[in-house]
Amino acid sequence: MHKLTRLLAATMLVSGLATAAEAKTLVYCAEGSPENFNPQINTTGTSLDAARPAFNQLVQFEPGTTNVVPGLAEKWDVSADGLEVTFHLRKGVKFHSVKGFAPTRDFNADDVLFSFNRQWKDDNPYHKVSGGAYDYFNDMGMPDLIKSIDKVDDYTVKFTLARPEAPFLANLAMDFATILSAEYADAMLKAGTPEQVDQVPVGTGPFSFVAYQKDAVIRYKAFPDYWAGKPKIDDLVFAITKDPTARWAKVQKGECHIMGYPNPADLEAIGKDPNVDLMQQAGLNIGYLAFNVTKKPFDDKRVRLAVTYAIDKDAILKDVYLGAGQPAKNLIPPTIWGYNDKIVDYPHDVEKAKELLKEAGLENGFETDLWWMPVQRPYNPNAKRVAEIMQADLAKLNIKANLVSYEWGEYRKRLQAGEHQMGQLGWTGDNGDPDNFFFLLGCDAARPGGQNLAKWCNKDFDDKLKQARRITDKAERTKLYEEMQVIAHDEVPVFNIAHSVVFEPVRKEVVGYKVSPLGRHEFTDVDLK
Amino acid sequence: MPADTTASAPRVETPPGPIAAFFRDFSENRAALLGLIILSLLVLVAIFANFIAPYGPSEQFREFTRIPPAWVEGGNRAFLLGTDEIGRDMLSRLIFGARLSLFIGLSVVVASMIAGIVLGLVAAFAPGWPSIVIMRAMDVILSVPSLLLAIVIVAIIGPSLTNTIVAITVVYLPNYVRLVRASALSEKTRDYVVAARVAGAGTLRIMFITVLPNCMAPIIVQAALTISNAILEAAALGFLGLGAQPPSPEWGAMLASAREFLQSASWIVTEPGLAILITVLSINLVGDGLRDALDPKMRRS
Amino acid sequence: MDPRFRGDDVGRRKNRLGRHGHTMLGFIIRRTLLVVPTFLAIAFLTFVAIRLVPGDPIEVRTGERGISPERLAEFRHQLGLDQPVWKQFLDYLWQLAHGDFGTSISTHAPVLSEFATLFPATLELAFCAMVFAVVLGIPAGVIAATRRGTFLDYSLMGVALTGFSMPIFWWGLLLILFFSVNLDLTPVSGRIDLLYYFEPVTGFMLIDSLLSDQDGAFLSAVSHLILPTIVLGTIPLATIARMTRSAMLEVLGEDYVRTARAKGLSPFRVVGIHALRNALIPVVTVIGLQVGALMAGAVLTEYIFSWPGIGTWLIESIQRRDYPVLQGGVLLISGIVIVINILVDLLYGVLNPRIRHAR
Repeated sequence: MHKLTRLLAATMLVSGLATAAEAKTLVYCAEGSPENFNPQINTTGTSLDAARPAFNQLVQFEPGTTNVVPGLAEKWDVSADGLEVTFHLRKGVKFHSVKGFAPTRDFNADDVLFSFNRQWKDDNPYHKVSGGAYDYFNDMGMPDLIKSIDKVDDYTVKFTLARPEAPFLANLAMDFATILSAEYADAMLKAGTPEQVDQVPVGTGPFSFVAYQKDAVIRYKAFPDYWAGKPKIDDLVFAITKDPTARWAKVQKGECHIMGYPNPADLEAIGKDPNVDLMQQAGLNIGYLAFNVTKKPFDDKRVRLAVTYAIDKDAILKDVYLGAGQPAKNLIPPTIWGYNDKIVDYPHDVEKAKELLKEAGLENGFETDLWWMPVQRPYNPNAKRVAEIMQADLAKLNIKANLVSYEWGEYRKRLQAGEHQMGQLGWTGDNGDPDNFFFLLGCDAARPGGQNLAKWCNKDFDDKLKQARRITDKAERTKLYEEMQVIAHDEVPVFNIAHSVVFEPVRKEVVGYKVSPLGRHEFTDVDLK
Repeated sequence: MPADTTASAPRVETPPGPIAAFFRDFSENRAALLGLIILSLLVLVAIFANFIAPYGPSEQFREFTRIPPAWVEGGNRAFLLGTDEIGRDMLSRLIFGARLSLFIGLSVVVASMIAGIVLGLVAAFAPGWPSIVIMRAMDVILSVPSLLLAIVIVAIIGPSLTNTIVAITVVYLPNYVRLVRASALSEKTRDYVVAARVAGAGTLRIMFITVLPNCMAPIIVQAALTISNAILEAAALGFLGLGAQPPSPEWGAMLASAREFLQSASWIVTEPGLAILITVLSINLVGDGLRDALDPKMRRS
Repeated sequence: MDPRFRGDDVGRRKNRLGRHGHTMLGFIIRRTLLVVPTFLAIAFLTFVAIRLVPGDPIEVRTGERGISPERLAEFRHQLGLDQPVWKQFLDYLWQLAHGDFGTSISTHAPVLSEFATLFPATLELAFCAMVFAVVLGIPAGVIAATRRGTFLDYSLMGVALTGFSMPIFWWGLLLILFFSVNLDLTPVSGRIDLLYYFEPVTGFMLIDSLLSDQDGAFLSAVSHLILPTIVLGTIPLATIARMTRSAMLEVLGEDYVRTARAKGLSPFRVVGIHALRNALIPVVTVIGLQVGALMAGAVLTEYIFSWPGIGTWLIESIQRRDYPVLQGGVLLISGIVIVINILVDLLYGVLNPRIRHAR
């Protein structure tokens, strides 16, 4: 009797181990629930991460970099005038099957057309489905940029642009340019449940969707027919755990393999854990303080420079970013190509600042406002504390800075209208193209209501910005961007505060995981030891 | 002293007057006395926070962040209960927090009691639509779970200490209104009220001078309960980030911002919670004692 | 933990029923009719109040990027936000009358279906907490009452009063620190180990895990429930224990109990059958009243344990300015609480023969 139970127990143990060895399950501790599973209509990183395993784009970012590589398009040609981009699509690419839908055909040009037309054309039957907000498509200026999208044949699609735009390819690697299945969409439309397309994803990606339980878990399984070969792990699970301390506890216990957004307070302990690698990378963002150059006294470059010398950037990084940030000397983070590392940041030098103010005739100081946003942002964990430190530093120059803030939506609107003298804000990049940052200092954005908060319009800078947009040669563009960074450094329209540093605890048994400079969490090439 | 004519006030058989009996019963209750002593200490601490606290509640000692309490290894005698994540003295923050918490509790009680008495008396003395409107409004408030109601109110008027008090006052209002109305309705028909009316007293005088004093016993017990619950609820709101905002040393808000240190510096989390527990417990002990002393049934033994 | 319902309400309820309850049927009709204006008032107040919240739901979402005035206007139009508030409210009532609680602004899913997927988690937790509170609270109260004045009585009631005074969010953190972090006995958060996967059938993890027939799934679900149950059950437990004790004391002093004792019935029969049955009447009412308290307590408990229920859902809806969710959620929860309160009133009448005689 005893023997039998022991035997039973042993076999159970063995079979348990065997299944564990057979199926490799990677668990990612996600920070929240997705809004839905269609990257075209979402803007939050959480939602985009959740849907990404199911999908591909025409071109894609090479994991761990911002380089654009072929995706569903094997190759592409750009016409000499830069106005026509022709994509040659990959053949034999399969879509996933889900409950209620089994694809009957491979991926082709119709899917590309559907995916873009849904976002672009008012008359597309899907345009208004699920709220119809295509924020990224619109924010990236696609409606004005695209003149037409044509199907040349089943495997060739031609985009005609209204103007040459070098970052266009990088834009198409973004999540909003995800390719959905037109056949699935038609089927759901016929069934009268078009919203289903956004709730249960069907794509060509490395993992096919299994199930989602709000606030609990998202399950994917490897797609055996994936065009780039079946992923090495078998199951991909997103364990939704909102509390960062709880996420860390799960990683510690091995309930999760990878987590995002650890608590700064836990970083020290995480670094010491022998089972966990603490991976890190500069985030694709910038937190800055803009000087409104249309208002006195910041129309005077010497005043802007004096403030720059006066602020103790290191103190901000130490006390507010708590080590999870790196000082910024340029508007773009160092992970983006075109970063000019030759720039030398202005040091913290109160004497120099006083001298400059004296030159500007303001040795007795002045009164100004200093705006801080009321919310935590990826590039600035606590704008109020930053403002308080700046306020104390400026007081040393007899500058009386009054702290100002508004409700978040209102805050941004007023800043864009140019009501401030000095205002904090920041930017999170989308596609790793320098243009995606530098437009913030261009003349177009300097109009009232535009996103150039310094309201600074420098012709030299703006000419180079526009020229870099027209050419596609990366080396030439790099040169232009490097020159622009020199101009911005000399003219100081903004005080660059910091780029946040992204930390990601990853258990040692995980192989091949790369921290994305785009803030993504990608698992296609990941394996488990 | 018409106290012994009321339904809910102590019914006293023989001499020692009701107040003396109350004090005798209360002081015989050792638990209640203990509660009263702790509570008095807390009140003193709150009043004299400026003199007792070793440091200011927001004073930061940058070199001494997350120092454990003095009796733990690595502790520092200068910071008896340790320091928090940005080097503020825990003891000082807890002392100033006592002031905040008791202030919240007291404000809620005073505000909801006054509003409740007025509305309750109006509902009792003005039958017809004023009564109906008031009582239906109270039904509405009662049908939304208290914390949820407070959360919604604070979400609407914005998170702050004052708004926390407003929200919790609204939440507790129906208790007083119903209590006052019920006792006032039963008092209204008594002989002494009729007598007062015959003697020519106006309605307002009858409401507030004749009837109200005889409804006070249950209101006082309710007040004791409200203080402790208000403190708990304000702390809960602070914990959810919807109450007093940092850097204010409100205990719930302290817990919320310290939550991330649960593993690395647990005293930042345990101390404010303990402070809440001790305060609420002492008030509840006093409240129980009050009720026992005022409740004739419990006095039988 | 809805302190307004911590037991002291019972007497008042008795009054109310006594006053209006000329007949049971009349009472039922009256109570049910009163629900309609109450419900409408809640709908109206949440509706108007929520529109006073600073911050536009669309602008909150757009962040640094902002949104063009034209597109903003278009979205506001789509969501009906450009209409006058009274018109929006009438539309909303019309929708409600058709069982449509609106659509979430952030997920585009119907509020009712989100509620339906999340509510079982809250219900399961609340139910377990209530069972925990009743199973421990009633015996504790009975023991304390029968041993009145002993050390046991004092310690039980001391513990009960401590539980009654507990800031449960802190209590939850302490339990996590001790049992999950230090002793590694219980999981930190969630409803079940991710190893197990099955389609939800009932939405109740305990039942689904049994139905799934997977080894260990049920145990895993139980281990995830333990700490949240304790945390949420603490205040009801303390309330029930205190209420049971005082009700028992009252009953034990009644004539019929003395008579039963005098007749020489065993103490067990006296306490267990004669006294407890009558003492339970107010206790049952308190239990009913705790339902509202549990709903409120669930918000905090879910927040601490990342429990995927309606509490977390509502708190997030505030941060996202997701009006339809906040509004619909508050309405649904109040609706449930109102219905339960009516049932409690009825139950009280059924249980308490004195009230029936009174009519």
